[in-house]
Amino acid sequence: MALSIEDIKKVAHLARIEVSDSDAATTLSKLTGILGLIEQMQAVDTTGIVPMSHSQDLSQRLREDVVTKTNLRDEFQKNAPALGNGSTEQAVSGGLYLVPKVIE
Amino acid sequence: MINNSLKQLGDMLQAKKISSVELTQAFMARISQYNPSINAYISLNEDKTFTQAKAADAQIAAGNITPLTGIPFAQKDIFCAKGWPTTCGSKMLENFIAPYDAHIISQFDAVGAVNLGKTNMDEFAMGSSNETSYFGGVKNPWSFDRVPGGSSGGSAAAVAARLCAAATGTDTGGSIRQPASLCGLTGLKPTYGVVSRFGMIAFASSLDQAGPMAKSAEDCALMMNVMAGFDERDSTSLNRAKEDYTKDLNKPYLNKPLTGLKVGLPKEFFAEGLDASVGKVIETAIAEYKKLGAEIVEISLPNTGLSIPVYYVLAPAEASSNLSRYDGVRYGHRAAEYTDLMDMYNKSRAEGFGAEVKRRILIGTYVLSAGYYDAYYLKAQQIRRLIAQDFTEAFKKCDVIMGPAAPSTAFKAGEKVDDPVAMYLQDIYTISTNLAGLPGMSLPAGFAQSDDGKALPVGLQIIGNYFDEARMLNVAHQYQQVTDWHVQTPDLSLLEGKA
Amino acid sequence: MEWEVVIGLETHTQLQTNTKIFSGAAIKYGAEPNTQACEVSIALPGVLPVLNKQAVHCAIKFGLAIHAEIAPRSVFARKNYFYPDLPKGYQISQFELPVVGKGAVTIQVPAVGKNAAYEKVINITRAHLEEDAGKSVHGAVEGMSGIDLNRAGTPLLEIVTEPDMRSAAEAVAYAKQLHELVQWIGICDGNMQEGSFRCDVNVSVRPKGTEKLGTRREIKNLNSFKFMQQAIEYETRWQIETLEDGGTIHQATVLFNPDTGETRAMRSKEEANDYRYFPDPDLLPLVITEADKALVLAEMPELPAAMKARFEAQYSLSAYDASALTTSRELADYFVAAVDAGADAKQAANWAMGSVSAKLNSEDKPISASPVSALQLAQLLKRISDNTISNNAAKQVFDAMWNAEGDAERDVDAIIAAKGLKQESDSGAIEAIIDEVLAANAAMVEEFKAGKEKAFNALVGQAMKASKGKANPAQVNDILKKKLTA
Repeated sequence: MALSIEDIKKVAHLARIEVSDSDAATTLSKLTGILGLIEQMQAVDTTGIVPMSHSQDLSQRLREDVVTKTNLRDEFQKNAPALGNGSTEQAVSGGLYLVPKVIE
Repeated sequence: MINNSLKQLGDMLQAKKISSVELTQAFMARISQYNPSINAYISLNEDKTFTQAKAADAQIAAGNITPLTGIPFAQKDIFCAKGWPTTCGSKMLENFIAPYDAHIISQFDAVGAVNLGKTNMDEFAMGSSNETSYFGGVKNPWSFDRVPGGSSGGSAAAVAARLCAAATGTDTGGSIRQPASLCGLTGLKPTYGVVSRFGMIAFASSLDQAGPMAKSAEDCALMMNVMAGFDERDSTSLNRAKEDYTKDLNKPYLNKPLTGLKVGLPKEFFAEGLDASVGKVIETAIAEYKKLGAEIVEISLPNTGLSIPVYYVLAPAEASSNLSRYDGVRYGHRAAEYTDLMDMYNKSRAEGFGAEVKRRILIGTYVLSAGYYDAYYLKAQQIRRLIAQDFTEAFKKCDVIMGPAAPSTAFKAGEKVDDPVAMYLQDIYTISTNLAGLPGMSLPAGFAQSDDGKALPVGLQIIGNYFDEARMLNVAHQYQQVTDWHVQTPDLSLLEGKA
Repeated sequence: MEWEVVIGLETHTQLQTNTKIFSGAAIKYGAEPNTQACEVSIALPGVLPVLNKQAVHCAIKFGLAIHAEIAPRSVFARKNYFYPDLPKGYQISQFELPVVGKGAVTIQVPAVGKNAAYEKVINITRAHLEEDAGKSVHGAVEGMSGIDLNRAGTPLLEIVTEPDMRSAAEAVAYAKQLHELVQWIGICDGNMQEGSFRCDVNVSVRPKGTEKLGTRREIKNLNSFKFMQQAIEYETRWQIETLEDGGTIHQATVLFNPDTGETRAMRSKEEANDYRYFPDPDLLPLVITEADKALVLAEMPELPAAMKARFEAQYSLSAYDASALTTSRELADYFVAAVDAGADAKQAANWAMGSVSAKLNSEDKPISASPVSALQLAQLLKRISDNTISNNAAKQVFDAMWNAEGDAERDVDAIIAAKGLKQESDSGAIEAIIDEVLAANAAMVEEFKAGKEKAFNALVGQAMKASKGKANPAQVNDILKKKLTA
C-alpha cells in the first residue's frame, strides 16, 4: 500500500498536526520506510487467531460508586496555557478553559 | 559512598554512619559537576530534595527506617510528581507542573526515599537513544560521544555516572533494558501489571511498564519491593499478594548456585543483526552460567522478527490516541498565534511535538484509520498472540531465557537519527517481551571493544515467565556474586576533558 | 407519490450514579464550572480510568428490563476525535461488543384524530455504556468559548433502536415509553431539561412500498418530546420536498431550532468522521456472569407489563385502566398506596387517573408533588364507600383538600362537617321526607302506577331535593320503591 502526499495530509489533519508541504515530503519518505517494515506482517496467515489486546486474560475490575475526588480546579488550572494571539494571560476565565469560539 | 549498593547505604543510614542529607549532598555535588555535560537530569529542585532528605533523617532518628529510607533516587521525567515539572521530554509539557503523584512516586515517598530530580528521556518515551528529547541528548558516561540508549537514557546515564543511587525507568519496547545494556546497569522490566501505571505518562498503554534501573540485581529487588504492588487506580494493575523480591536472591540450588536451572537460548537472538563483539560477550556470560550449574537448552522464538512490525503498529496506534489529550486547551503548549480552533490544534501540536513523536502519531493514526484497521491493527494483535505463544512454548522447555539485550553497544550520537527503521531495530530483542507482557531484565555481562577502541558495556538479557521476577533476580544476583562487571564504573575524569 | 418516513432513535440516558463512569468525581448538576472536573475528567497526563460498578449495574438492569441479551463479555473502545469538550481526544465508549444486545420495547401509540390507538414493538439494536463529554459555554468571553468539564465522564447508556418507527407519533411514543421505563427501573432521573435523557433521531424517507432505506439525516440532542415531534415533522416534510423538487439528501447531522421550528445541518460535523475505534488498552473486558445478572434481577422492580397483568387479576381492573395506571411507576405506586390504605380499587383507579391526574396535568406537577397524598385520597374514598358522602360531594371535598394550606386542613371528616356534606342515611328521616314527597306529588304517583317508569325517577329527584341533596340516593331508591309497590 503505497503512501501518497494526500494520505499524509489526510492523516495529519485527523491527528491535528500542521504539516507544511516540504514537511509532508520528508514525512512521506520516512513513513514509507516504516510502513515497509510493517508490511512484513502481511506474509503471516492469521486466520482464526484471536487478537490480543492485553497480555493477561483478565476482566475489568469495578470501582465502588463513591465520591473520592475533591475540587482541585484552582490547582489544576495553574497549568492552563497562555491564551495566545498577543495575550499572555492564562486561558481560563471564571473557572472555564478558554478556546477559540466553537462553531456547532 | 556513591558506589555503595542500596543495601550498604541503607545499613550506613541505619547505623547513622551517614545522614540522608550528607548522602544527598554527595550526589548533588556530583550532579553539579557532571550533569551540565551529561544532561541526565531535566529538572532539579534542591529545596524539595533536601526537605525530603531532612524528613528522612528525622524518620531514621525516630527509629522508623525501611530499606530505602533516606536514599536518593532519580525519577524518570515520565512520572508525575506533585510540584515537580513533569515534561516527558517534550516541549509540549515544558511548563507542566504535575499537580499529583504517580503511584510509584507515592510509594517512594511513603518509605522516605529522596527524589533527586527528574531524568531526561526520549520525548514521550519514543526513542532508543535519548536523542528525541526536547531537552537535548544525554551523553553515555562510558563514551561521551555516544548515546546512553533510550528512552530511559537520563536514568541510565545518571546511575552509570553515579549521579544517583539508583533510578526508575519505563519500558514499552526495551526502554529500561536497552539503556541499561548500553550504560552497564542492571535494569528490570516487570511483568505487565505488576507496577501501577497510574501517573506514568502513557506512551503505549498495553505495553508500558515501569521498573528499576540500578547497579545490581539486589538493588533492583529492593526497589521492586517499593515499586510493585496492586493499585486500584490502574485497571490493569494486578491484584496479587505483596511479594518480597529479595527473598530468593540467595536461594541455593543444590550443590551449585544454579544447579538444574534451565536456560533457554533462542536461536533467533543469535542470528544476523547481532554485533559479533556483543555475541561474544553473551557467549562468555552463558559459559559462566554453565559453571554456576545452569543447563543450556536451545529454544526457538520463531516470530521474533515480526515483533518489530507488530510493535510499530500497536505502539503508535495506542500512542496516537494517548497523545490526543495534548491539545493546548487545559495544559501544555498552546501556539502563540492561531486563527481559529482548528488552527490552534494544528499549530499547538505541530510545535509542541518533536519529529519522532509526530511520525509515530501519524503512523498510529494511519493504521487505525478507516479501511486499514483490519490489515494493520487487527493483524498486529493477532501476530502479537503468536509471539506470546512462542514464549509459552519456550517456557515449557526452560526456566529463563537468555540472550543479548541490544544488538550492539552504544552507538554514536547522530548515527541513527535520520534513519528511524535502523533505530527501531535496536529493540529487536526486547520488544517481544513487552508484546507478551513478560518480565525482562538486562545485566552487565562484560565489555566489547568499539571501532575507536572504547570498551563499551554489553548487557545480558534474562527473560522470565510471568511473575518470575524473584527468580530472575536470583539468577542475576548469583551471576553478580561471581562476576564484577556490574561494579565497573566509567572514568568520568577522563571524559570530562572531552565534554 | 406517497412517501414513508423511517425513523430510528439513539437515546443517551444519564445513569443514576454518585460518581463518573471512570473516576470518583461527583456528578451533581449545576455545580460551578470545572469544580467536579478531577484529574481524570480533565485528562491530565498519566491518569487512568476505572469503571464504576453502579454504571454497569444500571446497564444490566436495562438489558434485563427489555429482555435483551446481556453480553457475557463486552469491550470498551476509544472513539477518537478532537473537540474542546472532549479532554482526552477520545471518548470511551463501546463499539463492536456492547454490554446490551438485541431487545424490544412495546409502545402504545395514542389515537390521533380518526386513527385509533395501537400497540407496536420497537426493536432495540443495542445499548452501550459510554462517557459523556463536557460543555462549551458561549458568551462568557468575547469571541471565545468556555469549556466546563463537570459533565465530562458522566455515565451514559446509549440505547439504539432499529429503524422501526414510521411516524413522528411512533417516535415520540417510543421516546416517552423509554423515558418512563428508565425511570421505572431507577437507572435515570429522566430530567430532560438537565440533559439526563437526550434523543438523536435518524430520519429518512422512501417511496411507500419500497424496501431500500433513504439517506438519513440525524437530528441531534432533542431534549423535549414536543420538539421531537416538531423536528421530525419538519425534517420529514423537508426531505420529501427536497426529493420532489429533484434534489438529493446528503447524510448530515442537523440541529433543531425550537424558535423557528426548523432543522439545519451542523457546520462542525460537515467533514466525514473517521473515529479510529480500537479497544481501550487502559480497560479490560467487562465480564458479566449469570450471578451478576441474578443480583440485579433481585433488585428489579415489577415491570409495567407484569404489573398491568397483576392489576387486572388482583383488583379486577379493566385492561384499559390497568394499562393507564402502569404508564408511570409513581402513578402505579400512588394507586397501590391508596388501595392499601383501604380505598376501593376501582374507585382508586378512577380517581388516580381522573381527578388527581387532571389536576396534576393542569398544574404541571409530578405525582410526587400531589397535594393530596394516596393516604388522604383513600380517606376520602372510604367516606364514599361507607355512604358518608356522595360522589358529587366527594369532588367538593377533594377540591378543598387540593387547595388546602397544609395537611391539618386536609382532614376529610373535618371538611365534610364544615361543608355540611354528610349524607342522610337515617331511614326514619328519609321515610319522613318520602312520605312528604308522595303526599305532595299524588299525580306522579298515579303516573308511576299507570306504568310510567320515568315518574319514579322524578320522585327520587323530588326526594333528593327535599333533603337538600344529603339523602343517601340508594336508600331513597329502596324506600321509595317499597312504598310505591306496597
